[in-house]
Amino acid sequence: MAYTDTEILEGLAEIVAEETGLPTDAVQLEKSFTDDLDIDSLSMMTIVTHAEDKFSVRIPDEEVKNLATVGDAVTFIVGAQA
Amino acid sequence: MTAPRDVVVTGIGATTPLGGDAASTWAAALAGESGARTFENDWAEQYGIPVTFGATIKVKPEEVLPRPEIKRMDPSAQYAIIATREAWADAGFGTAAEGDQQVDPERLGAVVSSGIGGIWTTLDAWDTLRERGARRMLPMTVPMLMPNSPSAYVELEIGAQAGAHALVSACASGAEAIGYGIEMIRSGRADVVVAGGTEATMHPMPIAAFAASRTLSLRNDDPQGASRPYDVDRDGFVIGEGAAIVVLESAEHAAARGARVYAKLAGVGLSSDAYHITSPDPEGKGQIAAMRRALEMAGATAADVAHINAHATSTKVGDLTETNSIRTLLGGEADHVLLSATKSMTGHLLGGAGALETVFTVKAVQERLAPPTINVANPDPELKVPLVRDAPAPLPAGDVVAVNNSFGFGGHNVALVVTNA
Repeated sequence: MAYTDTEILEGLAEIVAEETGLPTDAVQLEKSFTDDLDIDSLSMMTIVTHAEDKFSVRIPDEEVKNLATVGDAVTFIVGAQA
Repeated sequence: MTAPRDVVVTGIGATTPLGGDAASTWAAALAGESGARTFENDWAEQYGIPVTFGATIKVKPEEVLPRPEIKRMDPSAQYAIIATREAWADAGFGTAAEGDQQVDPERLGAVVSSGIGGIWTTLDAWDTLRERGARRMLPMTVPMLMPNSPSAYVELEIGAQAGAHALVSACASGAEAIGYGIEMIRSGRADVVVAGGTEATMHPMPIAAFAASRTLSLRNDDPQGASRPYDVDRDGFVIGEGAAIVVLESAEHAAARGARVYAKLAGVGLSSDAYHITSPDPEGKGQIAAMRRALEMAGATAADVAHINAHATSTKVGDLTETNSIRTLLGGEADHVLLSATKSMTGHLLGGAGALETVFTVKAVQERLAPPTINVANPDPELKVPLVRDAPAPLPAGDVVAVNNSFGFGGHNVALVVTNA
């Protein structure tokens, strides 16, 4: 089954909160992973790994550098489900 | 060349089978409590492991550390960080975030050892690889499993820039770390060093492996009575886990900031047996050399030694070799020594043991109380040194010298000398 944009944002927020200790409502579409959420490259790869599991998608390594904001990640995962 | 500098202890911290901090651990040791308990799992049935108990940590890290820290650290590093935070605050230092300027970061070191390292992380990662493939491997795996991980996390925690080290010498690792910290300060490389040891091996693989070496007690029906060094009915050691950390400081630095001083770490002696990978040299030559060198550095003689915290894991060959070594070194003066074997209560923390026993020795000197040795119903007639049994024993007034012994597989011997400040 495909997840909606809202479900993906909520799921990502849970993953980011688990990894960083940030509250889930800090994870919003326009937030930058590095500049706003202070997520380093190792944490980013951990988040990607968990997101792949959660949404049953594949996020290639070369794609990760294009995911600057949470919204970028949601958009990519929506597309990858199709 | 300038003279070596005096080293004092200004902070202590621990998380152990007896308590979640140093104070509760020391109180439980004076009360003669045992930290051994039956495992809350079915490893015995699942894997056929013949040992169903150990000295598991009393306060789980999940109760005191935020979830993201738990996820980024192997349990061995989690224990080290818990003990470090206590010791650092106990020494009167604030957090880096508070802008604490009591110590120059370039004069601050970290030396934190583990005997075995991040074995939970290693084995979890191997399971992940076999069951789910390389793409499911978490990217934090390497920084969590590397044996210097606890040292690195401590270095990050306190902002230490004089060097972060992780000496590995099996069950002597925690004491060797403290010994290295002493040397860093004596030689002038640092003013303050956070040093200690940690271990987290309550995993079925290392327990099965130790059991295979026939070194673990099999007293499954009586966990609290199982660790019985010097008792004729001892049958091996009780595996334990936890961490202990001390804040070492040059005496001048501690005095300049008005720090409370527990005791002086006056000597460190190191040696290696060059005899056998697991058995101590039966003549105890390496053990004697380590103790002799530590006493020489401290400027102490056999007659000065009032208390020894023995390595004493509760194996027959190990325990008796050590007391024979003490008797050979001290001669008739050994009759006046109070010997404590605190592993009877804590179990054997492996890489954490030497650090925890240093904390005990520091507290013994500060409070002038040698902790008890429990479970000694029938002392081995070959025991050559007076043993503190059942209740703490007072140490004499005036200047006292205490020795903490730690020995490890590989023939590593470490002796530390603690004196009153």
